[in-house]
Amino acid sequence: MAHAHTDHPAPAILAEVKPVAFPRATLVENNRSFSWVTEKICGIIEGPTPRWWWIAFAVSGFLASFTVAGIIYLVSTGVGVWGHANPVNWAWDIVNFVFWIGIGHAGTLISAILCLLRQKWRTSINRAAEAMTIFAVVCAGIFPVFHVGRVWFAVLPGYLFPFPNANAIWPNFRSPLEWDVFAVSTYGTVSVLFWYIGLIPDLAILRDRFYRSGDKIRSALYGLFAMGWRGSNRHWSNYEMAYLVLAGISTPLVLSVHTIVSFDFAVSLLPGWHTTIFPPYFVAGAIFSGFGMVLTLMLPLRAIFRLEDLITQYHIDCMCKIILATGTIVGYAYGMEFFIAWYGSNPYEGFAFINRAFGHYAWAYWIMITCNVVTPQFFWFKSIRRNIALVWILSIFVNVGMWFERFVIIVTSLARDFLPSSWGYYSPSAVEIFTFFGTFGVFGVLFLLFIRFLPIMPMAEIKAVMPQADVHGGHDKH
Amino acid sequence: MAATFYGLMARFDTAPDIYHAAQQVRDAGYKNWDCITPFPVHGLDGAMGLRRSNVPKFSLLGGLTGFTTGMSMIWFTGAFDYPLIVGGKPYFSPLFAFPIAYELTILFTAFATIAGMFILNWLPQHYHPVLKSKEILRGLDDAFYVVIEARDPKFDLNRAKALLNEAGAKEISELEA
Repeated sequence: MAHAHTDHPAPAILAEVKPVAFPRATLVENNRSFSWVTEKICGIIEGPTPRWWWIAFAVSGFLASFTVAGIIYLVSTGVGVWGHANPVNWAWDIVNFVFWIGIGHAGTLISAILCLLRQKWRTSINRAAEAMTIFAVVCAGIFPVFHVGRVWFAVLPGYLFPFPNANAIWPNFRSPLEWDVFAVSTYGTVSVLFWYIGLIPDLAILRDRFYRSGDKIRSALYGLFAMGWRGSNRHWSNYEMAYLVLAGISTPLVLSVHTIVSFDFAVSLLPGWHTTIFPPYFVAGAIFSGFGMVLTLMLPLRAIFRLEDLITQYHIDCMCKIILATGTIVGYAYGMEFFIAWYGSNPYEGFAFINRAFGHYAWAYWIMITCNVVTPQFFWFKSIRRNIALVWILSIFVNVGMWFERFVIIVTSLARDFLPSSWGYYSPSAVEIFTFFGTFGVFGVLFLLFIRFLPIMPMAEIKAVMPQADVHGGHDKH
Repeated sequence: MAATFYGLMARFDTAPDIYHAAQQVRDAGYKNWDCITPFPVHGLDGAMGLRRSNVPKFSLLGGLTGFTTGMSMIWFTGAFDYPLIVGGKPYFSPLFAFPIAYELTILFTAFATIAGMFILNWLPQHYHPVLKSKEILRGLDDAFYVVIEARDPKFDLNRAKALLNEAGAKEISELEA
């Protein structure tokens, strides 16, 4: 220990420790100017309608007619046209509902949670992602509304909404299905409001641009919804506060919506459904599938409209990493469900899970595992995240996998219920298949109208995160 | 009708310029003035001397209304209008009523927040001297403006122009009401 005794206390190794300055990723590449952003985004709307748009619109419209036809047939004939039969009385309708609602969640995550976390990269994708949310909720809503068969009863007198029925009895508010009605309709409404508030400043730009170019009709239409916005900072001050409050309330909203969706199952007493892991597991799965859909939609848009400067490799990396994180959470949840089924020593619970993985629906289970647990692991590698075509293909696997997750959870538990004599095997009817695939057409029609008539990126928000927007010119001193 | 003079509109080209100009106009003691910016410039509220927005007060009111609506609706339907025993449970309990009251809290907060924003901003307001000016096109695109209104008690045309020029305005135009 002798060498420890010196005349002076141990000198600091460095005289001064400077905090490490990591370079911030640029959110808009090639030092673009503010007006470049305006021209780029407005140019998409002001330019002529591209031919691919008409082709895509015709295909989507044709596909959407499947849903319309399927629904007309259902309402005019009865719910028996769907393939439901004892013991599986709840299958594609609820699978498709949960699938579409889950997709919507990424939009709210991007617009609300990432806003609160000050993730500036959200700005260039949030408008399209919020549009995706709204259209996904529309597609989701079709199934619970029409699964009641006589659809007019959904509203008045209420199977769903609180109106007393013929015997003056009100809906049962103890039921998670009734909670779902409120959760989903609130979610749809708040998503539309949030989206609209974000659109106001951009609609004002379009109003004035169309006015100057002499298109008075379009100017009046955009102007009507722009509410007379003039970029006043006294307005911005209230606007920013309103946006923050909306982000603050949308965050618990998005978490509660999928929690309540999971209660539809978790509150029942069916083995395989009756588990406390469902709410967080469903929310993680929803965000996972939603980001899959965001990539599926944004990568073609980026290529078609040459938006590489606005949706940079950094944006794609961030989204891939979120898919990796949430996909791994989902994989962990699959493992934990199995562990608890064994550790809980409930023979029915144990059977439900063995049956999932090795029973009649094993094919669906292993599609789910492959798409949801294996696929996201590719995103560990930078070289894969940089291969845009591969990222796009993997994002589709994510969507497929998450559809199968809901199918596996719902159908396997029901098909093998408590009485072996009533066990069955569910297959969808042609009407169900057409109705479901048609919803992609419904979604496509709405999304194509959105990219044709509304600014696909929030111009004001993108400008606010560009380096030129800093009032201190990049220095932190006042 | 002869156009009446509304005020001065001065252009600045960068965010730091508008920030410093706003500080100077604020310190000169003007009350009826504004900045027109294409995006919310971070820190400009302070430079203009604006107080914290009152929107959250509307939000709170909306949230309380929503929660009360949810709870009282479920109490009214299940325990008052048509009491019905379901599964041997009590007619009303705040526990099973909570999810719906929670969702309605959020729904009403959202509506109140947006209504509050519109009310405080006096929107919709489809006519405004600033919107009539040619400059608004750049004001929503890439330029920044200070608008000083003639009705401000301290307003004097020459002194206001001098102040804006000193603050570094690139161009000053006169607005008509």
